[in-house]
Amino acid sequence: MNENVKLEIRNMTTLYKNGDGVRDISLRVATGELVTLLGPSGCGKTTILRSVGGFIQCTSGEILIDGKDISRLPPEKRPTAMVFQSYNLWPHMTVMENMAFGLKLRKVPREERKRRVMEMLALVKMTGMEHKYPGQMSGGQQQRIAIGRSLLLKPDVLLLDEPFSALDAKIRSQMREELRKIQTDLNITVVFVTHDQEEAMALSDRIVVMNKGSFEQMGTPREVYNHPRSRYVADFIGEMNFIERDGETLAVRPENVVVSAHGEGDLAGSVRTIMMLGHYIELTVDTEYGIVKSFVSAEQAEKFKSGDPVALRFESSFRF
Amino acid sequence: MSYFFNPKRFYHSLGRRRFWEWLLLVAFILFFYGPLLHMFMLAFADKYEAPGVVPQKFGFQWWEYVLGQRTLVSSITLSFTIAFITTFASMVICLPAAYVLARYEFPGRKAVMFSFLLGNAFPRIGIYTSIGIIFYRIGLMGTFPGVLLIHLLGTMMMMIWLPSGAFRSVPRQQEEAARDVGASPLQTFLHVTLPMAWPGIAVAAMFAFIGSLGESEGTLLVGLPNYRTMPVEMYGVILDYPATAGAVFALILIVPNILLLLLMRRYLGAETISKGYKMG
Repeated sequence: MNENVKLEIRNMTTLYKNGDGVRDISLRVATGELVTLLGPSGCGKTTILRSVGGFIQCTSGEILIDGKDISRLPPEKRPTAMVFQSYNLWPHMTVMENMAFGLKLRKVPREERKRRVMEMLALVKMTGMEHKYPGQMSGGQQQRIAIGRSLLLKPDVLLLDEPFSALDAKIRSQMREELRKIQTDLNITVVFVTHDQEEAMALSDRIVVMNKGSFEQMGTPREVYNHPRSRYVADFIGEMNFIERDGETLAVRPENVVVSAHGEGDLAGSVRTIMMLGHYIELTVDTEYGIVKSFVSAEQAEKFKSGDPVALRFESSFRF
Repeated sequence: MSYFFNPKRFYHSLGRRRFWEWLLLVAFILFFYGPLLHMFMLAFADKYEAPGVVPQKFGFQWWEYVLGQRTLVSSITLSFTIAFITTFASMVICLPAAYVLARYEFPGRKAVMFSFLLGNAFPRIGIYTSIGIIFYRIGLMGTFPGVLLIHLLGTMMMMIWLPSGAFRSVPRQQEEAARDVGASPLQTFLHVTLPMAWPGIAVAAMFAFIGSLGESEGTLLVGLPNYRTMPVEMYGVILDYPATAGAVFALILIVPNILLLLLMRRYLGAETISKGYKMG
């Protein structure tokens, strides 16, 4: 991986006047990799992204792209492109003008500008929209154009700041898929910021879980999900039951809780609620250590009703 | 005919409350538009003698007369020239200041905003008198730059406050997006911020233009005898000519204002204006 590091952040600290910010951040992103910064709002993920994009000056440290330090350059001189959560497009310009603006500034001839915009429109599946104004399009369409506009300039690193969080659930997952496809097809290096762990899991090659301005854990979605290094990560990624027993915390994923009517188990309790959540059922059980959640299949759930005594077995668990 | 003009029928068809509302509305309309209508009538009156309510003879006699006076016509040209230059200069000076006030936090920002209001808080003539004293000393009295300065002064509050509000309502991310695709700060301002704030700026420019066209006190003090704009001539016209000539002249003054207001109607919303007056 050392061979083709595209973006490297070295001991970067970015502080605001009030003392908030991120401290001593180091991160390497390989060419063609999609890395997600994941964390609750205020954890500093956007600060890192904006530092890379050049919209905030980092206080100390280096940001290297292809080995060159870009941390002192203004945003227009950086080989990065950013897509914001909203207000990406300029409302007084048509889609064509919006997309061609960057090329125009680079003095690309008119015919080539037009050709490249049309190609990009086809890529983001927005052919035929070139004469529309942003106000005439839906939020999802606007974000497609925004992503297309960023890609047009062939950036070394694409920065995405919660680009889909203003969209509704269905369009969001569709956009995710398409982004992933375009990203792998074009082999683009992407840093993605989100507070949505599901989105992070679905999209990323690697996830960086952040907490209060620093990295809590870094790894592939599978690693972070299956081997959370701290209680914070375990809590943030996926669903998790925490059982405080004998001075330690046992963490069990609901899908690893096996519910049975009789027999031995790690914990005993009684069924509290049974909730249909689509292709699986969420079953909550009252135990002496609090409520434990379990995901079971529909035919399994049929065996239980509210109030039944049950035994719980944990297939795998973490201790913190 | 009497069927329709019977006040009793009229009263009952409207109902008591609405009848009084209607009367109040009529009174207001007469109060606001009466003088204007009268002026309009005067301007086209060729013969208008004492007992008559309506002129005895309508025509363009006084228009020919006013437009035949060399000094009056040249004052029209001068007024428009000054209004154009004032508006343009005011934009060049004030828009960058408005942008800074909208986008940057610095100590004394509110004080600066407020200071533009202060100029409007005193009786103008007092300020012009003290300006006059300074102008005498530095030789600006009776000069074109002197008149321009006076006019600029009058437009500054509008030109700072309204565009500042307009700039503030342009989302920062839209500017950042422009920087991101490679625009320098100046290119960003010219291609993104300025066009997006344009409605607010246009309204401010219109007010500046109208304000400059109507400016009289300062011009009277600083410009005379070399620079006589329309409102300055107006004083003379009122004193020296019959009322009908004054009416013609006043109409010429009003027409551009009405045209501008009609043109800007689209942008002239309570929102645009109220945004400008937020100290934020």
